[in-house]
Amino acid sequence: MGVTLSKRFGEHGGQYIPETLMSELIKLEAAYLHFKEDPAFTADLGELLRTYAGRPSGLYFAAHMTADLGGAKVYLKREDLNHTGSHKINNVLGQCLLAQRMGKTRVIAETGAGQHGVATATAAALLGMECEVFMGKEDTERQALNVYRMELLGAKVHAVTTGTQVLKDAVNEAMREWASRMDDTHYVLGSVMGPHPFPTMVRDFQKVIGVEAREQILAAEGRLPAAVLACVGGGSNAIGIFHGFLTDAEVRLIGCEAAGEGVDTERNAATIANGSLGVFHGMKSYFCQDEYGQIAPVYSISAGLDYPGIGPEHAFLHDSGRALYVPITDEQAVSAFEYLSRVEGIIPAVESAHAVAYARELVPTLSPAENVIINLSGRGDKDVAAIARYRGKEVGE
Amino acid sequence: MSRLAAAFAGKKPFIAFLTGGDPSLADTRRYVRALVDAGAGIVEIGVPFSDPIAEGPVIQEASQRALAAGTTTDNLFELVAALRDADGITVPLAFMTYLNPVYHYGYERFFAAAAAVGLDAIIIPDLPYEEQGEVKAVAAAHGVAVISLIAPTSAARVRMIAAEAEGFIYLVSSLGVTGTRAEITTDIAAIVSEIRAVTDTPVAVGFGINTPEQAADLAATADGVIVGSAIVKLIAAHGAAADDAIAAYVTQMSSALS
Ligand SMILES: Cc1ncc(COP(=O)(O)O)c(C=O)c1O
Repeated sequence: MGVTLSKRFGEHGGQYIPETLMSELIKLEAAYLHFKEDPAFTADLGELLRTYAGRPSGLYFAAHMTADLGGAKVYLKREDLNHTGSHKINNVLGQCLLAQRMGKTRVIAETGAGQHGVATATAAALLGMECEVFMGKEDTERQALNVYRMELLGAKVHAVTTGTQVLKDAVNEAMREWASRMDDTHYVLGSVMGPHPFPTMVRDFQKVIGVEAREQILAAEGRLPAAVLACVGGGSNAIGIFHGFLTDAEVRLIGCEAAGEGVDTERNAATIANGSLGVFHGMKSYFCQDEYGQIAPVYSISAGLDYPGIGPEHAFLHDSGRALYVPITDEQAVSAFEYLSRVEGIIPAVESAHAVAYARELVPTLSPAENVIINLSGRGDKDVAAIARYRGKEVGE
Repeated sequence: MSRLAAAFAGKKPFIAFLTGGDPSLADTRRYVRALVDAGAGIVEIGVPFSDPIAEGPVIQEASQRALAAGTTTDNLFELVAALRDADGITVPLAFMTYLNPVYHYGYERFFAAAAAVGLDAIIIPDLPYEEQGEVKAVAAAHGVAVISLIAPTSAARVRMIAAEAEGFIYLVSSLGVTGTRAEITTDIAAIVSEIRAVTDTPVAVGFGINTPEQAADLAATADGVIVGSAIVKLIAAHGAAADDAIAAYVTQMSSALS
């Protein structure tokens, strides 16, 4: 027997998925195990990451924010400067190249904010693959520009009208579609979630963020950060950067989840704060759910964090205490969005702004000799209209 | 002999599915009676789940209606108790649901309740062979069968799954999700003979079946036929007054099997 990957992170993870998809998942795991060690595959992926996605992304010293907050030095890992504007491209290039090596000619994807959909449509255009993206109808309205962007890239966008019409419903529809057509089709899952091998494979494709960040901070500061902060939807950008520092026990790993209107209200998506153990979308992990195990409708101003679960490796990092998860409200995130725009001239994705918000609380409590890294997972152009609306201003998109 | 074994002994049961609580618990209770009176040999009651990833639009919508009406897992245990005790229903009854409602309820608590009310089996589409262990041990201790599913894509997995199957095997006729289909293109006979090579556990075919011709055709190779969406569609169309429509349809379907 060949090598296999562990399917679990503690008790979390697994493969809770209809039998129809099991053979395909087993094939995917085998292909991934093979190609991740294949020099031609890794060279092709490395080349695309460099010349197409623009890696390595910079580690920017945020001097104004540092001076303003008056504590540790603040560094921003600039995933927002990647092609397509977020970290999503790292995973998508890996999965689409792998799918192509597996002989697939068509990719499907779910998307919340539209960033993962745009990244998948982009990679499909690049590699000459067909692409269909499932997006909750409510999200197609919140992120209308991204819908058109995907269409420009040649993808077909399906507005999902079932359930609560947001990200989890888009995942449901993508899984249903995959179960009906897998011979020529790969499902490019957009985060470190779903059934094995996705949480492991997507994490491996996102690890590049943490590997680069560790080298960059050591080059700049000669010491490790006191804390690494990232927003958590499914958790891919967070796991990507956390992995660079996982074995550095002195580095605090902090995931910022979406508290919407507050953890004590009905309207939030704070899985660690409010969720409980469950099994959904192929994985055992923490989920927002009711007393009968019905998945709860969730809410966040950020379409990319508007998900009722969290990837299984995060659930494990929470259980083990290695990472800390904190809830950030819409108001805190919007205020951080405006703050970073003004202070550093960087408009962050509203998802990433959740991490910026917690940094504003944490940094003043640390000493100037220390430093922190915020993973700036994406840029905020897509969010400008929504933020204006939040502030009661109407701007034409 | 268990109720399930008896249902397959010398006959090929018509297995009927409906969503519990759609449009109301009282209606479901009457509809189960109607299904049995019209010849259904086994009844599957769907415990509605918010996110049924293996269902097509018909059963998705039924689940939404049932949840909107306030249906809970406890209500459905009470329903089964009433069917057994007050209504004298003796055919095997199975729940069909997703793992989370079972997991969150607590396996021990769930299967103790299931056994107490007289439930025979449970079908959980998002519980493949690899993950069955955690459920099967508890269910077995309470005498509830965990039904294994085999799909057109199972290939090398067919024998492995079949060898450990209990109650009956749910052979998924087609790729994709539940819903009526004009045509079933999978080579059912080939999969059934693979299964027969390792076990005598009966094989029931489901997904997509809706006409008596399809049912008769499949019953030539399989031991039973499962129909869900076609019945749920009748309930969607007739609401609380679907009794006659269900009776007429199921009579026609079950006579195609005998
Ligand atoms: C910019 C950005 N950051 C973060 C996320 C959340 O995903 P994850 O938690 O997988 O990084 C998204 C998802 O759409 C996103 O667009």
